[in-house]
Amino acid sequence: MAVTGLILIAFLLVHMFGNLKMFIGPEAFNHYAEWLKGESEDGGILYPLVPKGWFIWIFRVVLLAAVVLHMYSAATLWKRALAANPSTYAAKRKLAQTYSARTMRWGGIILAGLLIFHLAQFTVHAALVAGPYGGSPYAMVIGEFGIWWMVIVYAIWMLAVCMHIRHGFWSAFATLGANTSATARAVLNGCAWAVALLLYIGFMIMPVAVLFGWIH
Amino acid sequence: MVTYQVRDVSPDMSFLEMLDLLNEDLTVKGEEPVAFDHDCREGICGMCGVVINGTAHGRGDSPVPTTTCQLHMRSFEDGATIDVEPWRAGPFPVIKDLAVDRSAFDRIIQAGGFISANTGAAPDAHAAPVGKLKADRAFDAATCIGCGACVAACPNSSAMLFTAAKITHLAMLPQGQPERFLRVKSMLAQHDEEGFGGCTNIGECAEVCPKQIPFDTISQLNRDLISSLFKKDGK
Repeated sequence: MAVTGLILIAFLLVHMFGNLKMFIGPEAFNHYAEWLKGESEDGGILYPLVPKGWFIWIFRVVLLAAVVLHMYSAATLWKRALAANPSTYAAKRKLAQTYSARTMRWGGIILAGLLIFHLAQFTVHAALVAGPYGGSPYAMVIGEFGIWWMVIVYAIWMLAVCMHIRHGFWSAFATLGANTSATARAVLNGCAWAVALLLYIGFMIMPVAVLFGWIH
Repeated sequence: MVTYQVRDVSPDMSFLEMLDLLNEDLTVKGEEPVAFDHDCREGICGMCGVVINGTAHGRGDSPVPTTTCQLHMRSFEDGATIDVEPWRAGPFPVIKDLAVDRSAFDRIIQAGGFISANTGAAPDAHAAPVGKLKADRAFDAATCIGCGACVAACPNSSAMLFTAAKITHLAMLPQGQPERFLRVKSMLAQHDEEGFGGCTNIGECAEVCPKQIPFDTISQLNRDLISSLFKKDGK
């Protein structure tokens, strides 16, 4: 749970960095997309350590494995919690749990559902709302985020993702043994907030800029 | 849920004395008294424990956790309706009314929460120096009375705080070292075997613990568990 979660957070940070290339311009963004897929002139990322076009597939397999293992661990924990909780309290006062901690399971399912739409939209191109984009990833992103409600959908989705990370980040480090004192807990929680906020701002600034026509 | 009216409750009564009063009244009326566990009534044995108004052991508006026996009726408003429930967790089957069977805790301790070697009589002071910070940490963890409030409060019904308290207590002391990494595996295996849920670091347990076992003991358990993967004596 912890290890796969941290792998996915690391991926999100890289993904966010890539998205911000939209601000540099079409050449930079499109080259980055080709470079990742091994379609650029220099042979792409990690060429010639791996043959052209292999990196993206290795990367996808690792990510998929992380997602599947993360969901498997979550399902196991959920199943055990349900088995251990045969009856519920008539009255239950919540003392320590945060909203993010309480919504990890259902929140996780909801954000996984939106992940499928996201992949269908930007990776497989089967759910492009703005229609064909003419082969330029830059134009595709401009087209999709030019739709106001699409930006709202992503704003809500990213809120769910970042809330998941707010509890997930600190919780992963606690599971790995880093919660060594009350101070360590406060530091980990602070870091979790920082990562969640960074990801939210970093991911949402580009769609908002597209919507308002700051990049076009 | 059954509603009882208890009259003549003094603010100085403990919660258990209020239940005694109720039971005396019920006995006089020829009704079955309400079963609940209790023993020392000094907050040190871990026998008592019920969920009061949704909080394990209850504590009114106070931020400080306590045991049910050390909770006094002055914490409640006169004439208030108080919700009293037993610990609710699969591995703690209800015996009757408010009394639950917590022998799952005993079996977790039996799985490794002890020192096998007979160390004889008390050693000379300073013969085996223990650092002040480690001694304090061991002592803090050792104050666990095994009441089960952590399980009662946990949304996952996990007994991780209880297990981690014993792991931390023994892991900080020289006597605990020889079996340290075998212990964490055995105790955790028994914890899972009993049907307790897994820890998802929510933190409700430490909020209700009457002995204020630190939440970070759970990270100590995880540390030892990870270390045990790389130790020969972890089997």
